[in-house]
Amino acid sequence: MSDNDGQRFDRLPETNAERSVEGRASRAEVIDYFEDRFGIPSETFADYTFWEKGAGKIWIYAGEAPTPIEIEAIGMTCLRTRQEHWKPTTDFVQRFGHHATDCVIELEREHARAFAAGEDQALEWWDGDWGYLIAAHEVGVGPEGRAVRDGENAERSPQEEGVERGQLEALGVGLYVHGELRSMVPKGRQRDL
Amino acid sequence: MEPLGRYRPIIDDFEAFLEACRRPLGNAVRINTIAASVERTLEVLDSEGVAYEQADWNPRVLRLETDSPGSTWTSFHGMTHGQEEVSAVPPVVLDPQPGERVWDACAAPGGKATQLAALMDDRGTVVANDSNLGRISALRFNAERLGATSLAVTNADARNYSMKPFSFDAFDRALVDAPCSCEGTIRKNPDALDDWSEGYVDSVSGIQKGILRRAIQTTREGGHIVYSTCTFAPEENEAVVQHALDEENCRVVEFDVGLEHSPGLTEWDDRRFDDSLEQAIRIYPHQNDTGGFFVAKLEVTAE
Repeated sequence: MSDNDGQRFDRLPETNAERSVEGRASRAEVIDYFEDRFGIPSETFADYTFWEKGAGKIWIYAGEAPTPIEIEAIGMTCLRTRQEHWKPTTDFVQRFGHHATDCVIELEREHARAFAAGEDQALEWWDGDWGYLIAAHEVGVGPEGRAVRDGENAERSPQEEGVERGQLEALGVGLYVHGELRSMVPKGRQRDL
Repeated sequence: MEPLGRYRPIIDDFEAFLEACRRPLGNAVRINTIAASVERTLEVLDSEGVAYEQADWNPRVLRLETDSPGSTWTSFHGMTHGQEEVSAVPPVVLDPQPGERVWDACAAPGGKATQLAALMDDRGTVVANDSNLGRISALRFNAERLGATSLAVTNADARNYSMKPFSFDAFDRALVDAPCSCEGTIRKNPDALDDWSEGYVDSVSGIQKGILRRAIQTTREGGHIVYSTCTFAPEENEAVVQHALDEENCRVVEFDVGLEHSPGLTEWDDRRFDDSLEQAIRIYPHQNDTGGFFVAKLEVTAE
């Protein structure tokens, strides 16, 4: 086993068995994490490769590159590993979060605003998992077009459900513990809306 | 406005041109189709009460009626990106296709590079390069904010760009949106002409020639290159393309764009340029109520 070289991008090994760098996550582990934690189907990532540069910083990339490669960036950072709890990035969640079905916390307008501004807030009503969650909100629906919630109309076609899900937009990653949702939106991405 | 006087002989309705240059520019944004469709983005803007006008020539370009286009939900979600209307022209002219390898030689801060990725449905490889390390962080920030996963960022001098880091040895297309004297941005930045001098125009044209030549050398035969600047100076526009025609295997090709414009020049200051330069376009501020731009499209030919 060799050490991680923080100066270059190395493609993740397919599985743990193929791992040659100490402590490096494998592609299979990363995809399993997104599927187990957030219900993002593994097929979502069929056309993407995953890379590590820096200690535990994982990047997702759709283009061509040899491994290793020493350039400034490939694709986008998507995940922090090499820590007790893996943590997805805000940008990744905004890009791929619409595929998620689990650990998605839906916020009403004022809570969504506070989240985007980077504020922590008490949300006692959440009875799902603790830990890193995808915060989302509904935007782009007028009162007359407000989507019907799951279970209210069993007759909806898959297409209609697709449209309905489309109203929900991921805001970013939140850390939920002890009745409090902490916004993980990085400083430079925070906005007063 | 003093330096602009030299263009009196080549610009129709010069007074209207000067008048437009004095007017400030409104806020334009580009819809980032990596994050959301045009319909979905308009739906969000509508429901948030943000008024907009869609550009006739490109449904993905909007003029927003707000003083803070960055403080909208569409911006927070990466659905819109502040980008001047004419600045969205070069990537459209380059017309990259999904799966291709495309080089953006002077990419920071990334508006056009991410537009290229969006035009390719975020499939393929956009190599976004910039020589200035300080501007690379803005490029990376925008690429991630807009969710461009097909984009790779390099920091090198484009004039002697090395293909060595990559697994391929030629690009299908290249965009050279060159550093320039920025005369066309006067409406956005009233100080744009403060440091203008003929000496600067001459020195920057040398850099422009070097970058355009390298872009032709790194593009496969039959591939396309778009050369653009946000300036009116023929020394930085037609003369640079003429230099490429003289030194490299390439030709100027025609293209359509639905914006009012004037043809490229075939002469300036007693200098003749190739007749094909008429197929380049000059966009003046008074023609579409935008900033100014020059755009030429080249094709790499056989040796």
